[in-house]
Amino acid sequence: MSTAPLLEVEHVTMRFGGLFAVNDLSFTARAKSITAVIGPNGAGKTTLFNCITGFYKPQVGRMTLNHADGPVLLERLDDYDIAAQAKVARTFQNIRLFARMSVLENLIVAQHHTLMRASAFSLAGLLGLARYSKAEKLAVDKARHWLDRVGLLDLADEDAGSLPYGSQRRLEIARAMCTDPVLLCLDEPAAGLNPKESLELNTLLTGIRDEMGIGLLLIEHDMSVVMGISDWVVVLDYGSKIAEGTPAEIRDDPAVIRAYLGEPDEAEA
Amino acid sequence: MAGAALKAALKDGILGAVVAAALALPMLGFRLVDSASALTLATRFDWVAWAAAIVGLGRFALCLLRQSVPADRVPMMPDLGARFPKARLMVGWALAGFALVLPFLPFADRSLVDKATMVLIYVMLGWGLNIVVGLAGLLDLGFVAFYAVGAYSYALLATKLDLSFWLCLPMAGLFAASFGILLGFPVLRLRGDYLAIVTLGFGEIIRVILQNWVDFTNGPNGISGIPRPTLFGLQFTANAPEGKTTFADYFGLDFSGEHRVIFLYFVILALALLTNLFTLRIRRLPIGRAWEALREDEIACRSLGLNPTMIKLSAFATGAMFAGFAGSFFATRQGFISPESFTFIESAVILAIVVLGGMGSQIGVVLAALLLVGLPEWFRELQQYRMLAFGGTMVLIMLWKPSGLLSHRAPTIRLGKGAPS
Amino acid sequence: MEYFLQQLINGLTLGAIYGLIAIGYTMVYGIIRMINFAHGEIYMLGAFISLIAFLVSTLLGGTSVALGLLAALVSTMVLTALYGWAVERVAYRPLRNAPKLAPLISAIGMSIVLQNFSQLTQGARVKPLPPLFKGGIELMHGETFSVNLSYLQMTIMALTVVLMMVFTWVITRTSLGRAQRATEQDMKMAALLGVNTDRIISATFVMGATLASVAGLMVTLYYGVIDFYIGFLAGIKAFTAAVLGGIGSLPGAMLGGLLIGLIEAFWSGYFSIEYKDVAAFSILVLVLLFRPTGLLGRPEVEKI
Repeated sequence: MSTAPLLEVEHVTMRFGGLFAVNDLSFTARAKSITAVIGPNGAGKTTLFNCITGFYKPQVGRMTLNHADGPVLLERLDDYDIAAQAKVARTFQNIRLFARMSVLENLIVAQHHTLMRASAFSLAGLLGLARYSKAEKLAVDKARHWLDRVGLLDLADEDAGSLPYGSQRRLEIARAMCTDPVLLCLDEPAAGLNPKESLELNTLLTGIRDEMGIGLLLIEHDMSVVMGISDWVVVLDYGSKIAEGTPAEIRDDPAVIRAYLGEPDEAEA
Repeated sequence: MAGAALKAALKDGILGAVVAAALALPMLGFRLVDSASALTLATRFDWVAWAAAIVGLGRFALCLLRQSVPADRVPMMPDLGARFPKARLMVGWALAGFALVLPFLPFADRSLVDKATMVLIYVMLGWGLNIVVGLAGLLDLGFVAFYAVGAYSYALLATKLDLSFWLCLPMAGLFAASFGILLGFPVLRLRGDYLAIVTLGFGEIIRVILQNWVDFTNGPNGISGIPRPTLFGLQFTANAPEGKTTFADYFGLDFSGEHRVIFLYFVILALALLTNLFTLRIRRLPIGRAWEALREDEIACRSLGLNPTMIKLSAFATGAMFAGFAGSFFATRQGFISPESFTFIESAVILAIVVLGGMGSQIGVVLAALLLVGLPEWFRELQQYRMLAFGGTMVLIMLWKPSGLLSHRAPTIRLGKGAPS
Repeated sequence: MEYFLQQLINGLTLGAIYGLIAIGYTMVYGIIRMINFAHGEIYMLGAFISLIAFLVSTLLGGTSVALGLLAALVSTMVLTALYGWAVERVAYRPLRNAPKLAPLISAIGMSIVLQNFSQLTQGARVKPLPPLFKGGIELMHGETFSVNLSYLQMTIMALTVVLMMVFTWVITRTSLGRAQRATEQDMKMAALLGVNTDRIISATFVMGATLASVAGLMVTLYYGVIDFYIGFLAGIKAFTAAVLGGIGSLPGAMLGGLLIGLIEAFWSGYFSIEYKDVAAFSILVLVLLFRPTGLLGRPEVEKI
């Protein structure tokens, strides 16, 4: 089933009062590829993410995630089940770490379900059974792997809230990866990063795509990131899709240029 | 420069004195006297003058002190827990060791052990509430409700069905936990302050029910004659009933009322230590980490697949269970319970212990319980000023250390070393 | 029918009192997101001070009850407002940037202090006051039951309406009110734009305390007995009223107060007087479950 798209978004509409934040939007995202969603501020990108990850329930539309063992309808699941069962992980525009817990603890919490099963809902752990310590060791190994990938191994025992901004962004990605997602949604991962960090982010994301074989969905303003690593770009404006295509196609699309720069004859640009 | 400082301090002092005089005038300056015929007033303006003088001088001195010491040089008490992580552990063991030998120390008389028992009840309640407030971050202002459920469960089971304390203890815990789930299920999705007020409401509802359901709870008169616990069937009485043995006879000791006091002390010590052990353990387990994660950021938890309702419920029920244990101990120790023991002020005291101790800190709870419950117990002679001092202490500690006495948190797991000792 | 009408009148009177206290809770919560636990005690102090002030004014030779009451009302408002100001200044202002629970604990401590302060200075016994306002209008005369609207009840309702109008005017029309609304929306931004937010917060406490003191005076007159413990339950119920109406909303607080008063009056009139507090809380729980922002509260969209 490698040809079927990983995520199919069909006719999704999300209204707040009279405002259409997302309006009859359809697109698909594939596994083993990076799909970028771009658009001017207020175009409905984050709202779309919140719909996909279940924080908002769209009034209209269907969102299907095609797992190896069958499709899952995302709009019917609660937000935590979208993460736990449908295996969709996400990061946030305003980083949301467990600030007063250590970096390592952040990654262990992300493996909650595996550990809960291993500890028989904490009972085995309470009694100190070996079965739990084994599972915890595996969890630490996975955490160590991702800490190494994002270059935070040395800071594992620090409070997450004490890390510099760029490191917090990377930690959030590592935490999302620790949930073993099939689709990773990143809300402006390059925001606030300097050019060097931004470049490292590109390497990290393409690495995740190529090695883990999962789909990445990306909201981004930084065009060097978008054009550099995306396989497919969807452009939103006022909640509707105005274009989609490869980065090269999008770059020259007149509708996109209009949305970003305004009408040429208005001479606003 | 010095002149200006003096002038400012003087101004501050006079202003303070004026405000204090105005505040004191109605409440201190006049006293309502109800004589036989009607309500009249007595005056005591000297009190007003005293209040004004004390506040005025106090402000004056404080203002001078602040100006003479630069702000960045104000001596701050460092968070000792953060500086000496090992010391914390040692203090913990030392406290536990001290608690174990306390009844046998030469200065420990009956009343001291009694007071220590009282403090331990609050330590246990504090540790129980620490799970809910300190770890899971759920503001519960009605914790006393579960304490009451535990106490009444034991009292009713023991007096009506004649069950023993050791059988009732787990049942009381289970009852309290079920109550926690029952109450928690509808309300736990409310955010912080709403949750606080609803739990407060539940606490009051439980108390009102206890007070008015006379057939079942005997209403405001309470339940008396609650049986005392036994040590594997050994009674702590002077004479054993038919077919039973007393503790004193069995060990060939002379009967003494102190035996029971000491025994009760060890029961609550064991219960409290069990609570502590449980918390220390569960903090390193997935559910405990999920509680803390929930306190930090609920939305992030949801994005990682954690079901907030289940996690909150488990914290709520676990805390309630320990309150239930403590409640049934309270009932068996007092031998008598009535709704009056379960007022809102108890919830406030327990919450204050948790927050003053530094949320989430186990040793902090012990310190705060000693400070808030222990000290006032010693000054019982000053009965009427006790609660005033209690409230004042709460305010002062918060002003002095807003995040509690011990607010440092150590990670529950370290890379490469597994769980830290 | 007569009975119903009588309970309605009683409920509205009680509700007006709760509403006045609730406004203090709702304003403080709106502006610094804190449950001012000591607010109930401020109301209790208001009741005591009004009683003392009234007795003082009669001692000073006031023969007219109305004049004495007016003097008592004014001095009570001033002195209780000072208490409200002092509590904020001493126990809350230093904790403005402290962890969220610190001001709450400080407030609970303050509430215990104030309660015991008045117990120590005025004694624990209930203070009775002979009824000052006598008489009323008989609205309806039934065979077994007649409906009465006393002058006192009329005064309470009229005074509440007047206060609400003055208050609404202050909030919506004056520069103080504008600054208050700005601070409520965004304290940092308001401070940047030159609003002295500390002063605005103080003003909020003063206003809340003033209204609570009037409620205290009314209760003294209405029930004729007060003691140091009345602040607790009234405080909780008024806070319930504020949440019920939608915390942060002034009309909501008044509406919530009236509803709680009515629920209590009808419940004790028709079911059982013992469980009237349970009724009020149960309604609160139900409202929060189905409309978590209260009746008139703005729905908060969770920003993610």
